[in-house]
Amino acid sequence: MSAGRSTSAVGSTSAGRGVLEGVAPQPGVAKPDPILVLDGVRRRFGGLTAVDVEHLEVQRGMITALIGPNGAGKTTLFNLLTGFDQADAGSWSFDGSDLAGLPTHQVARRGLLRTFQLTKALSRLSVVENMKLGATGQRGEGFLSALISPLWRDQEREIEQRARALLRRFQLEHLAEDFAGTLSGGQRKLLEMARALMAEPAMVLLDEPMAGVNPALAQSLLGHVRTLPGDGTSVLFVEHDMDVVHDISDWVVVMAEGRVIAEGPPEAVGANPAVIDAYLGTHHDAPADEGEERARLEDAEARMEAEATSTSTPTRTAGDDR
Amino acid sequence: MDWGLIFENGLKAGVGDFAAVFALAAIGLNVHFGYTGLLNFGQVGFMAVGAYGIAVAVTYLGTSLWLGLLVGLAASVVLALLLGLPTLRLRADYLAIVTIAASEIVRLMVRSVSLREYTGGSSGLTQFADDFYAINPFAPGRYGISPITFTERQTWLLLVAWLAVAIAAAMVFVLMRSPWGRVLKSIREDEDAARSLGKNVYWYKMQSLLFGGVLGSIAGFVLAISTQSVQPDTFSPDLTFFAYVVLILGGTARVLGPVVGAMIFWMLLSATDNLLRQAVRQEYIPTAIMDGVQVGQVRFMLVGLALMALMAYRPQGIFGDRREIELDVRR
Repeated sequence: MSAGRSTSAVGSTSAGRGVLEGVAPQPGVAKPDPILVLDGVRRRFGGLTAVDVEHLEVQRGMITALIGPNGAGKTTLFNLLTGFDQADAGSWSFDGSDLAGLPTHQVARRGLLRTFQLTKALSRLSVVENMKLGATGQRGEGFLSALISPLWRDQEREIEQRARALLRRFQLEHLAEDFAGTLSGGQRKLLEMARALMAEPAMVLLDEPMAGVNPALAQSLLGHVRTLPGDGTSVLFVEHDMDVVHDISDWVVVMAEGRVIAEGPPEAVGANPAVIDAYLGTHHDAPADEGEERARLEDAEARMEAEATSTSTPTRTAGDDR
Repeated sequence: MDWGLIFENGLKAGVGDFAAVFALAAIGLNVHFGYTGLLNFGQVGFMAVGAYGIAVAVTYLGTSLWLGLLVGLAASVVLALLLGLPTLRLRADYLAIVTIAASEIVRLMVRSVSLREYTGGSSGLTQFADDFYAINPFAPGRYGISPITFTERQTWLLLVAWLAVAIAAAMVFVLMRSPWGRVLKSIREDEDAARSLGKNVYWYKMQSLLFGGVLGSIAGFVLAISTQSVQPDTFSPDLTFFAYVVLILGGTARVLGPVVGAMIFWMLLSATDNLLRQAVRQEYIPTAIMDGVQVGQVRFMLVGLALMALMAYRPQGIFGDRREIELDVRR
């Protein structure tokens, strides 16, 4: 059964790549059918510019990976897009409507859902209740209608069936009645993704879906991510594991120091010098020639010496005071 | 020692007006704290605006008691909005600080000299609930199962008060099994998760604050009508903490937790009070250690000890689920 699913998923993946065949692999390039378009999105924390994206388009019906070294601004970008943080400047549209400045719950209602790097399982709710919370447009979520169960009982039954079907797909069905707080880290990742899918989103932003998941579970999680575009859900995900990125993504966007420095199909991005530079920091750590290395050493020694004198001076002054 | 009297008074207190008052107040707190995770340390403020709502409406505005009930409800809604609008967007601790301060503001306001004309100042208001006792269907006499009997006035009040408790508990029962209750519980667990799933967390917290606050004001009604008086210093912050004790004793996030908690709390208070008084009177406890005046304080110490024992051996309360307590929620 799972084999059949992954074959169809692979099919959708290759179809996705076909669409972007003619798209040039350069930052900010236009896509044929973007679901998410960002323009001039900027976020500063004091003196640090965490996010500074000139232009970025994310293609509909595909899996796009967002990679970059630690501190590149990937999670901050997710926070901005989903209303968890407010951008200092810029606009972005999702599925044709402007999302900038909307509160989180309204972003979610328009079909853009996210998961978290550190999972947010609702510990003292059962797994199936966690799932049912994800469904949108619930009639029983109003105070007065909640008091009259015939108004929402049928819908609740339908939601419950959908929740259990999804749990089966994610191999969590046997845990349906357990408190979500008893799940392992990997199971929580699965639950959180399944819960987001209860809303039938047009797009999900997955923040490190594989982090902390054991390899066996990661494989099944990957399988689920692959099926999403086929079910009408576009995916943008943050990931550090390059094998995973190569394995499932149709397109890769690379961020460093808040900017988009490269994009392209996964094979091409790995060879991009700007990407290697961002990850390995070529011109910082690996000197180009012997002369430069010597100069760097001298510079470092001089700095260490300066530091030594500057730290010893205040100690002496403190001693004099006493 | 008259054990019969201790037992009798204990049972009477367990079904008495104060037990009903605290059951209602704690049901409201359960909605706030138990289900939504809102730290409301000012439940007594809602009780006060409810009680003063009817008292001021009847004595100052000259309305009927029934219109006074509407005034009290409206006052609690206004208080909830005042508390919630600025604080519910912030972290949970801000609500805690604001609510405890607001409940003191309410008390000091109704106590103030400049408002004496309306609220009666520090001596409060009395005799405003005659409308309620005028429609008492019980003929004069004593009602109940001997020796636990009440006068016709008490019986009428207790009937209505426990009916209110039953309705409140039934509402909570239905609501917390509905999708609405699911959203509240998800906010308690992690409001960012609820938000990311498209729930308007702010609005749900406000609804929770309103609903629990209205229940608090109904507790205030029962208190005011039962004693036919309102007095500002009745509504001191201890009442809020008694309500928390009741809630934790019974078990948070359980429909009957606050009801049974209130009954047991007042039974315990009455029993320890009677026991100590008799022991002092019959000189089992020498006056050098404790005299009759100190009984009031010592009984709270004993109840406090009992609560510590409960927390040590049954932290989930009487109805709680131990598995819930043992979950590491922070993970």
